[in-house]
Amino acid sequence: MSTTTLSPADEPVRFYDFDEHPHPEGYSTMLGFWIYLMSDCLIFAILFACYAVLGGNFAAGPGPKELFDLPLVALNTAMLLFSSITYGFAMLGMARGNKNQVLIWLAVTLVFGACFLGIELYEFSELIHEGAGPWRSAFLSSFFTLVGTHGLHVTFGSIWLVTLMVQVSRFGLTAANQRRLACLSLFWHFLDVIWIGVFTFVYLMGMLR
Amino acid sequence: MPSPRPLSARLRALLILPAFALLCGCDMVVLNPAGDIARQQGDLVIVSTLLMLLIIVPVMALVVLFAWRYRESNKDATYAPDWDHSTSLELVIWSAPLLIIICLGAITWVSTHLLDPYRPLSRTAPGKPVAADVKPLEVQVVALDWKWLFIYPEQGIATVNEMAAPVGRPIRFRISASSVMNSFYIPALAGQIYAMPGMETPLNAVFDKTGAFQGFSANYSGHGFSSMRFKAHSTDQAGFDAWVAEAKKAGATLDRAEYLKLERPSEKEPVRRFAGVEAGLFDMVTNLCVEPGKMCMHQMMSLDAKGGMGKAGLYNVRQLAYDKFGGRGTHAHGGKSFVGEICADKQDIAVRAAPKAGNPKPLTGAGMKQPSAEPSPTAPSVASETRPRPLS
Amino acid sequence: MIPQPAPVSPILGKLSLDALPLHEPIVVATFAVVALGGIGLVAALTYFKLWGYLWKEWFTTVDHKKIGIMYMILGLVMFLRGFADALMMRLQQALAFNGSEGYLNAHHYDQVFTAHGVIMIFFVAMPFVTGLMNYIVPLQIGARDVSFPFLNNFSFWMTTGGAVLVMASLFVGEFAQTGWLAYPPLSGLAYSPGVGVDYYLWALQVAGVGTTLSGINLIVTILKLRAPGMSLMKMPVFTWTSLCTNVLIVASFPVLTAVLALLGLDRYVGTNFFTNDFGGSAMMYVNLIWIWGHPEVYILILPLFGVFSEVTSTFSGKKLFGYSSMVYATIVITILSYLVWLHHFFTMGSGASVNSFFGITTMVISIPTGAKIFNWLFTMYRGRIRFELPMMWTIAFMLTFVIGGMTGVMLAVPPADFVLHNSLFLIAHFHNVIIGGVVFGVFAAINYWWPKAFGFKLNEFWGKVSFWCWVPGFWVAFMPLYILGLMGVTRRMRVFDDPGIQFLFVIAAFGAVMIAAGIGAMLVQFAVSIWKREALKDTTGDPWNGRTLEWATSSPPPEYNFAFTPVIHDLDAWYDMKSRGCERPLAGFKDIHMPSNTGAGVILAGISTLIGFALIWHIWWLVGLGFVALIASTIVHTFNYKRDFDIPAAVVAETEAARTRQLAAGA
Repeated sequence: MSTTTLSPADEPVRFYDFDEHPHPEGYSTMLGFWIYLMSDCLIFAILFACYAVLGGNFAAGPGPKELFDLPLVALNTAMLLFSSITYGFAMLGMARGNKNQVLIWLAVTLVFGACFLGIELYEFSELIHEGAGPWRSAFLSSFFTLVGTHGLHVTFGSIWLVTLMVQVSRFGLTAANQRRLACLSLFWHFLDVIWIGVFTFVYLMGMLR
Repeated sequence: MPSPRPLSARLRALLILPAFALLCGCDMVVLNPAGDIARQQGDLVIVSTLLMLLIIVPVMALVVLFAWRYRESNKDATYAPDWDHSTSLELVIWSAPLLIIICLGAITWVSTHLLDPYRPLSRTAPGKPVAADVKPLEVQVVALDWKWLFIYPEQGIATVNEMAAPVGRPIRFRISASSVMNSFYIPALAGQIYAMPGMETPLNAVFDKTGAFQGFSANYSGHGFSSMRFKAHSTDQAGFDAWVAEAKKAGATLDRAEYLKLERPSEKEPVRRFAGVEAGLFDMVTNLCVEPGKMCMHQMMSLDAKGGMGKAGLYNVRQLAYDKFGGRGTHAHGGKSFVGEICADKQDIAVRAAPKAGNPKPLTGAGMKQPSAEPSPTAPSVASETRPRPLS
Repeated sequence: MIPQPAPVSPILGKLSLDALPLHEPIVVATFAVVALGGIGLVAALTYFKLWGYLWKEWFTTVDHKKIGIMYMILGLVMFLRGFADALMMRLQQALAFNGSEGYLNAHHYDQVFTAHGVIMIFFVAMPFVTGLMNYIVPLQIGARDVSFPFLNNFSFWMTTGGAVLVMASLFVGEFAQTGWLAYPPLSGLAYSPGVGVDYYLWALQVAGVGTTLSGINLIVTILKLRAPGMSLMKMPVFTWTSLCTNVLIVASFPVLTAVLALLGLDRYVGTNFFTNDFGGSAMMYVNLIWIWGHPEVYILILPLFGVFSEVTSTFSGKKLFGYSSMVYATIVITILSYLVWLHHFFTMGSGASVNSFFGITTMVISIPTGAKIFNWLFTMYRGRIRFELPMMWTIAFMLTFVIGGMTGVMLAVPPADFVLHNSLFLIAHFHNVIIGGVVFGVFAAINYWWPKAFGFKLNEFWGKVSFWCWVPGFWVAFMPLYILGLMGVTRRMRVFDDPGIQFLFVIAAFGAVMIAAGIGAMLVQFAVSIWKREALKDTTGDPWNGRTLEWATSSPPPEYNFAFTPVIHDLDAWYDMKSRGCERPLAGFKDIHMPSNTGAGVILAGISTLIGFALIWHIWWLVGLGFVALIASTIVHTFNYKRDFDIPAAVVAETEAARTRQLAAGA
């Protein structure tokens, strides 16, 4: 019953795939999510470029040396790095199929993420309180925008994390949930990488220049 | 570069005559200008057209020919449904455009450097080099909302919406703007260059014919843009002297106060003349510090280069604010123009809400010098012909 | 004229009755017509009880074919709006001489030319291009749908949301008066304090999200869902150009998003990215926006290059000449398009070496483009050319586009650009490539694939009327602009003081009227074709003797596209199947797994549009509420795990049997 014809070499040529299996659900998701992350990376690239161009325009105001509190930022960096490690533990738990382990490590990740955001908000409010808000100079505009955009990403990542915790606890480690956990993992580590760029480029080099 | 004049003059006739004889009355000023720079630029338009036509004309002819010859009803034509590759043809279709682009690229590289508006003129016409002792006529140009201000430092006069220059003398324009981006363009004289606030762009050019020519802004700048036009007169030296004398008779002086009145938005301004100009006005305009009490940009930039003023400088906003809190169209706004101010410090708001020109008394701080007549050695835009660049 | 600041109310923000442009009779009349038309449409839909059908079958659909058609309809509707703006400009410029102010004041005219540019690029050309790719690509690669069908629906509604905001600006408040790229400082709060620029920002941000997501979707679709045997170098050229286009979209639209966000921060938070004072740099905006803006040009034209390749090869009855050089040319253009952005502002004072570099890279792009033209030319060579409508548009494209290319290379020579920049010569140039390339290409594509989408061909007579109005109309409208540009006349002028050039503007306006007639004829063509669809019916699914896979299925294709996934052995897969006598399978059907419809896309995009509107008018409570609603609905949507269903084998068998009967009746 297969529709074959004779090729010049008298070999049957198949023109239709008769026992096709549908692509598994989420067959393309990781590739798609990766491309999304790259497009997001481009947004950060623009913000980094703006900081590179405008970062020296203090408008006769303060520069990084007067404003940044490096120990606090180092603590903040540690929070985010720890959260990445604990997310890694959650993924290991997922690989073992241990739902509780996943949930516990996700919760720990969330705590670290929340600490990161808390410290960042504290840093921002201190700056604004001193009068060094984003409207004071182009340097501060680009600083607040770059760091703030990263912070917004972490915020959305945290909302997503909470959602996933609810979903994992209710529906278990289904294929769909595993895929989502893997996507969030990519997202979370991506933000970590971006933060390492921010920490180096904005804070460390800012203190040096 | 040897003069391309005789060749391209013939080429121009060749190209223009048939195409535009029908449209007599059209003054193609871009191709037939009255300045050496614009003439060379116009020639480039023609040369690049002819180079491109070398390939465009055969392609168009072949499209028509193939479309006709291989029409379905023509059963005599060869039909080769599976013919889809020919290495030699591929070679031709990639290399023919490549060769043309190589020629054009070479022309581009050379002409872009020779006709760079930053480059002082080396000749005023083909075969007429500029003597070493000739000092170009300096004209300072400010694009205001929506009119043009011309300052002649050598003659000590200023005009609005009219300029003049002696034919054959190199002109060095220094161009800036008061509020938004404009583009300074006199098609008969030379190509355009943007006029931008807080920056200075130069343009070197020369008239080689006398006459009255159109000048205008070639970059949209708001509601009064259409009427932002001026006449550019190219005259002999006597005519220019008479024109200067006429301005001298006008009496009025363009000082800072007068300039601040002049820069307010207005449309269709008639020609105005000033017999005198406050010294250093153009540098103050470029540095956004005409208004008393403002910190000049070059001062700000040199402070920034030293690492800023620290937290002590945080509340220096009023000296720095130029149009952010009271530019064109926002005069009537109160303190809360920005969402950000909701969470800004109260003291900061109080400083911002103060009327823009409320305190004419100069403010000083941290070793800042007042904007003064003599150009500051730290001012990059004054000291040398720097490219306009972000203020870093 | 200095607009008075409106009082800011805590409930309505800056919105008040004053925001309605009741003092502009033209706008009021337009509003009356649109409102009457809208009421008529709503009444008709209600009377014929079509709302449920539209919601279930169209608005919530995840079928790439229906979404593609909706994109085309959106593009067509916005095209009429954008063209109305064009007519208004031509009329104003033809009238405003000898001291006359014309009939539009500056506030209105400046909005018209800004809206014309924004609409034509973002809400006409982009939906057309995205719609074509959406419809054709999955069919050409033998897929059942795109990779992320829900995302596809969401992307469409986000694009529509942006269009809704632009249209709202016509009747509520004002649009930007800055030119289509909104250069600061003019677009900053100091010089544009009204809501116009905010409309611009949020319309583009909302639509931009849709465009980026749809770009990601199509890249993944092309990379992951090709039929077995279709290696990259066996992909149809249209799919190749779509792939490159979507790579460009994903690699450039985030830049637009970022730069518009920065301008938004300048306006909403008071940051100093592009301000004159406090260390901002307006030149940075110009650079960043063109880093998006130049690839955008190729985003628009590349898919149409693919269309011309398909059409030329089909109607010449020949394989495409130089397939691999065509593919490499496309890839080279994709890469080079990122290296030329500075040619949009040679006159901003960059150094001679920088200008030369960007001038030469720009010229280098013309080499692969030239190679493409030659490839089409040699595809026609020794062919049997059928002059159906798509082929006519293609010939018109070739003759028109090369002139536009030539003037483009002229503008790439920096010293020549110094005298032509921002002049009407430039306007003529980019209309020459966008109309001659993109618009003619879209018309070729519509005439070519209409039978596939609807099962009947388009009426040829009215198509030819439209063609013969459009092509000469284009030249009559834009040739005078080339001449005016050489006379030193600049763009965006509202009034003129040299009466000697008026006749050229009158000629241009006449050309615009000819184009209007062409558009009218095209609408008649659609109407007549739908009216006489029985006579124009295509029963074969392959009305043009096509070569690529989309012609292997029925017209219109079933929901699942292909009952069995085709296996590809050659570049022109369907031509290969036909010439080797492949028979259509008639039995052995299986259940087909398909995605289910969902209303989530409409809801999320609707909320996003509402947030945009609230931001424009500073209605902060609505912004907050909308934001919470957006996140909540997203989360609710993720709790829906049941997103697919199976089309039973019996239904497939029945659909295929119907097609068998249709084919037999046609033969």
